[in-house]
Amino acid sequence: MDFDDTPEEAEFRLEVRSWLAEQASAYSLKSFDDLSFEQQLSLGREFQARKAERGYAKITWTQELGGMGGTPMQAVIYEQEEEKYNFPTVFFAISLGMPIPVMRRFATEAQQQRYLKPALRGEEVWCQLFSEPSAGSDLGGIRLKAVRDGDDWVLNGQKIWTSYAHISDFGIIVTRTDPTVAKHKGMTFFFVDMKSPGIEVRQIKQAAGGGEFCEVFFSDVRVPDGNRLGEINAGWSVAIATLMEERFAVTDAAGGGAQLEDTMHFLRRELGEGDGGLDDPCVREKIADWYIAESGINNFYARLLTGLSQGQLPGPEAALSKIVIARKLQAQSADIMDFCGPAGAIYPDFQVSRANDYRIAWLEAAGYRIAGGTDEILKNTIAERVLGLPGDIRVDKDIPFEELK
Amino acid sequence: MNFDFSDDQKSLQDETHRFLRDRCDLSVARIVLDDQKQAYSESVWQEMVELGWAGIAIPEQYGGIGLGYLELCVMAEEMGRFLAPVPFSSTLYLFCEALLNGASETLKQEILPPVATGKLVGTMAFAEGFGFPGRDRIGVRFEGGKLYGDKWPVADAMIADAAVVLAVNEDNKPCLCFLDLDQEPVHRRQLESVDPSRGQGGLEFFGAEAESLTAFEGGSDNSGWQLFQRVLNSAAVLFAFEQIGGADACLAAATEFARERYAFGRPVGSFQAIKHKLADVYVGNQLARSNAYYGAWALATGAEELPLAASVARVSAIQAYEYAASENVQVHGGMGFTWEADCHLYLRRSRSLALLIGSSGLWKKQVTRELERKFV
Ligand SMILES: Cc1cc2nc3c(=O)[nH]c(=O)nc-3n(C[C@H](O)[C@H](O)[C@H](O)COP(=O)(O)OP(=O)(O)OC[C@H]3O[C@@H](n4cnc5c(N)ncnc54)[C@H](O)[C@@H]3O)c2cc1C
Repeated sequence: MDFDDTPEEAEFRLEVRSWLAEQASAYSLKSFDDLSFEQQLSLGREFQARKAERGYAKITWTQELGGMGGTPMQAVIYEQEEEKYNFPTVFFAISLGMPIPVMRRFATEAQQQRYLKPALRGEEVWCQLFSEPSAGSDLGGIRLKAVRDGDDWVLNGQKIWTSYAHISDFGIIVTRTDPTVAKHKGMTFFFVDMKSPGIEVRQIKQAAGGGEFCEVFFSDVRVPDGNRLGEINAGWSVAIATLMEERFAVTDAAGGGAQLEDTMHFLRRELGEGDGGLDDPCVREKIADWYIAESGINNFYARLLTGLSQGQLPGPEAALSKIVIARKLQAQSADIMDFCGPAGAIYPDFQVSRANDYRIAWLEAAGYRIAGGTDEILKNTIAERVLGLPGDIRVDKDIPFEELK
Repeated sequence: MNFDFSDDQKSLQDETHRFLRDRCDLSVARIVLDDQKQAYSESVWQEMVELGWAGIAIPEQYGGIGLGYLELCVMAEEMGRFLAPVPFSSTLYLFCEALLNGASETLKQEILPPVATGKLVGTMAFAEGFGFPGRDRIGVRFEGGKLYGDKWPVADAMIADAAVVLAVNEDNKPCLCFLDLDQEPVHRRQLESVDPSRGQGGLEFFGAEAESLTAFEGGSDNSGWQLFQRVLNSAAVLFAFEQIGGADACLAAATEFARERYAFGRPVGSFQAIKHKLADVYVGNQLARSNAYYGAWALATGAEELPLAASVARVSAIQAYEYAASENVQVHGGMGFTWEADCHLYLRRSRSLALLIGSSGLWKKQVTRELERKFV
């Protein structure tokens, strides 16, 4: 039993490390607060282009496709190393996480030639147009209509919560093409040019203050039939394939919140030792709780990675990490605010870097528990697909979509 | 990255599992539970001894099989799964650990071979009634080669032939002492506990002959206390494996019941309140397992992180097992609260293991102390 890399893995890690260290001075900033959104994005694009040049943007893809022909383990090693810095990669996470792998799987040869590499280089950004006002967890409930007209389809309706739609060049989208059949049988999958006439994108201000997700309105948007991914009315299976793509990301067990080491230094600095400070038993117990959860996730990853390095892909059990990380982030951030007393609510000050700001993390965690599958949906996944408990009763399964409430 | 047990270790686990399934299913724990006079299952212990299990982690030079901690971990998991009512943990995780780490060569030569052949059952006595012994809260004294005072509760006190005892010496320093329990100045008494399938008792010493273990870390001033901590850390990891074995058994039992029991025209396992509860149990078990592996790694490699890894493994395992055991009762409904159903056996064991070598609050303190050492 060990945590060691194989010699090949170690060699790759060194290579990645030295490359990242070279990039850090130009692209990894302690804080991006001083840059405008446009500046951050263009810095991100520059870094992404360099990454793609090395094949690091899609490590497991062949060189022809823009990758480096690496193993899933190498992809994880790269992520582990990149995560130690603060590179502006967030704009491309969804783009390369789901839409682009789906294009790779379902688009024609010529389309792949055209679209994959610009996305890997960050020149073009893709979004995922799935959720609608009346369909989130229940993706099968989408209504946005696509009607055939000659060689085109005409799209009408609305998508919502689409992350980064406002900076996206293209999007993948699930539409309703046959409302006369059961909900999962009448959907078709396309990719759309976000610059098409009739598309209107409005940013939605989020609870935490950011505007990274949008609502997207479609009015008579024409999409060529050539943009269809999969068969007509077989969009559900493409959508499922997309959700499965959710690559196995070894996300930071701190969930983007404060690192424990920094937090302990912060507490000592601001609260001292003694009662109410780092020697307070209440404080100490919470620190232990956070670490136990964090260590549980890190060691869980170590077990999954052991399988991965032997060629086994993780199964549905991997869903547990987001449940644990998001809840822990929320609880830990609130605990830190508690320790700070009334000042815990005061925002912002400049005693902590933005990356370590528990007040921001506390709010963001609320969204993290919803995005990409809610806690409840993930628990269903574990109960049904890991433990083999019965599925929920579905009252709408066999009813034509147009007759549903 | 190879954060898993080897194929050999896994087949040892399978072998242990098959033996326990065939020879030591829960009916054995139940016999001990029902009969106040039985402190353990003597026949199953004898069979284990014949298989060499008593000496599994004792080096060959002392007559054992000489396997390592990782092997002990996978066996512990199965012992926990089947609630084996045998002095495996007292003898191997506590008594042998103390001797292997702290006894003189002569003492090891003398004591370990009979342990390996099952002629000697051992235990460790540290608690003294309410509370957990701190460095300044040890009442039992070791003076002029003799022990005075009272220890309780002590696991397997009624059946152990020898013990390692936490005491203070003439210089008021904590020390661990070895003694033979079959001597007149040792009085034993049986104690009733919430988990009667693992016997506990009290040991009172009226000038019992004993020998201090001084070979740990060159006999420095602190060495007795450090040796005790070292034994607790090893035991925390090994018990964590018993706990995850038990927690897994609870989840399996609850899941199976939930699939088969019908209410309102559907399996109770189709209600989300039950599905989500069992998903939560699964998550807790996986975190505990992952942290237990971390402890196993630290123990097996002699890593300096052992105190951190052991404390994390212990707290995680306590939480997972207690949650799994109590929700297993809940999922079973009224049936879960009967003497006849096995749910309460796990419930009892989960509680007694949560207490035996110090409860979660104590170990959480260690987590934070170790983090402070690491970070601040
Ligand atoms: C930050 C953020 C970014 C997002 N980015 C995108 C994006 O880029 N593209 C995109 O398409 N979508 C995106 N989403 C949308 C996200 O996928 C949905 O919000 C999510 O799937 C939940 O759907 P909903 O909002 O419709 O809530 P609902 O599905 O209406 O859920 C409401 C509540 O009911 C519970 N619930 C629903 N069904 C069940 C069930 N079967 N059992 C038990 N409980 C249930 C849910 O858990 C939740 O608590 C994003 C969301 C967030 C917060």
